[in-house]
Amino acid sequence: MVAQVTLVDELAQCADQLGRQPEGGAAVELYRQIDHQLPAHRPIVLCGRARARSVSKWSMQDLQMWILWWSAMGAVMALMTEETTATTRVKRGLADMLKGGVIMDVVTPEQARIAEDAGASAVMALERVPADIRAQGGVARMSDPGLIEGIQAAVSIPVMAKARIGHFVEAQVLQSLRVDFVDESEVLSPADYSHHIDKWEFDVPFVCGATNLGEALRRITEGAAMIRSKGEAGTGDVSEAVRHIRTIRDEINRLHGLGSEELYVAAKDLQAPYDLVREVARTGGLPVVLFVAGGVATPADAALVMQLGAEGVFVGSGIFKSGNPAKRAAAIVKATTLYNDPDAIAEVSHDLGDAMVGINVSDVPAPHRLAERGW
Amino acid sequence: MVNMVTPPSHRGGPGSPDRAAPLVGVLALQGGFAEHVRALTAVGARTRLVRRPAELDGIDGIVVPGGESSVLDKLSRALGLAEPLRGALQAGLPALVTCAGLLLVAEELVGAAPGQRSLGVLRVRARRNAFGRQLDSFETHLSVAGIGGDVEAVFIRAPVIESVGPAVECLAAVHGQVVAVQQGAITALSFHPELTHDLQVHRSFVGRL
Repeated sequence: MVAQVTLVDELAQCADQLGRQPEGGAAVELYRQIDHQLPAHRPIVLCGRARARSVSKWSMQDLQMWILWWSAMGAVMALMTEETTATTRVKRGLADMLKGGVIMDVVTPEQARIAEDAGASAVMALERVPADIRAQGGVARMSDPGLIEGIQAAVSIPVMAKARIGHFVEAQVLQSLRVDFVDESEVLSPADYSHHIDKWEFDVPFVCGATNLGEALRRITEGAAMIRSKGEAGTGDVSEAVRHIRTIRDEINRLHGLGSEELYVAAKDLQAPYDLVREVARTGGLPVVLFVAGGVATPADAALVMQLGAEGVFVGSGIFKSGNPAKRAAAIVKATTLYNDPDAIAEVSHDLGDAMVGINVSDVPAPHRLAERGW
Repeated sequence: MVNMVTPPSHRGGPGSPDRAAPLVGVLALQGGFAEHVRALTAVGARTRLVRRPAELDGIDGIVVPGGESSVLDKLSRALGLAEPLRGALQAGLPALVTCAGLLLVAEELVGAAPGQRSLGVLRVRARRNAFGRQLDSFETHLSVAGIGGDVEAVFIRAPVIESVGPAVECLAAVHGQVVAVQQGAITALSFHPELTHDLQVHRSFVGRL
């Protein structure tokens, strides 16, 4: 008997770790094969869409137990070969396709078109860029749906939008508007000082900010399909972005060097689930894409964070608060691709006009620092 | 899953000393190029990231990855890669192009961004974002002619091929829409095999080099 088995990603990893390679060749087309080819005495565990989605919330240990139990029952585990939307792989896949690119904040359809023309991989639709939120104060909320729709109509690249931390109804509205990514963002005023959004409940993928590895892993546990370091938005000061990406990289590298018995304490110290900590230790990277945000204002800033290990860059106020947005945006795009080529960065940095004026993060009173929102 | 444990292709593994593993260039302007490098390495190929025209020299094949097609177009022209790449493909350089990569090499685009161009090497008309926005992205299993009866396929804001020229063979379809074609040495896919553990596509490509 050749059991033909396909497993969802997480199940496949568990099977790997258990040393149990499923036998056989290609995946089952269950609709035909359940009745005809699989022996009646072996139960079949179906991982269709509902299963794949609920499984993605489980810990690796849960999954291993689940596989072991069913394997002991002689089960054939199979993923139904239907078309499935909103799987972890589909959500993280869009983030993968944004890698090496620049995601730009825009507040009008015109700005969105300028960003697209300049080579943005995606745009973030919002009502006020962080520099204005900072200057004007008040409660910052999700943008008007009409504004988001206007930007969606103006460009063909992915459109992201921000929801307040913990404001799952804003996220529901953004999903209903069919945005391509939701940013649960500290740039807006938090709606909940205890809980972030349960992002597994959504079909739309989420990106979340983090200042360190523990925070990143907690967001991934909640379902984030992409992480961006927070930096200090709306300042044009890249120092916090550098600090955050360095912290995350350093903590990952440290985990990578730990012995298996040390990972339990590491998980406790990071306040993150053990299984995720172990995965990071094994792979030497996050299981999702890691971008940098907050304070990037020049091509050299973008190349700096890329050399420090970012997989792409968010640029907020840095473009449309500068003298020549179109030219600066195109230059930042090129510097993000050629981040290891100083000659190219020099070339694109010529004559960009005035950079955004900016504020030194050290001059921002601690209560007004956005990176400290979220936990 | 099963494919992860199969040995590398006949030319690439440590057990094949007679011929060097093929060197595959991976266009690394933007997008999911690291995943292709991983898959190519797993099937025994050597890889080189291609960002500059000189990096096209001496490669046995090229992968044009997914990403944002309008960005790949702009960067390939801005960095002087578009013409050398077009020349190499026209001269018969074997190529595996996926998703946005398909749009970069296609002859005609529907739904292109303003000013977006393509290399015009692959004789197809391709529709950008044909399935809709990200919420319509999906994964499935496909029968792809010449590659396998059951290929894992992830579609992310994917294009489809609306019409093909005379020398283009259709390899796979979803709901009657063509999502994989072959034209000479170019294999073009709407979807992302590199986001899965399924190495059939890469093994087939490297095996032909």
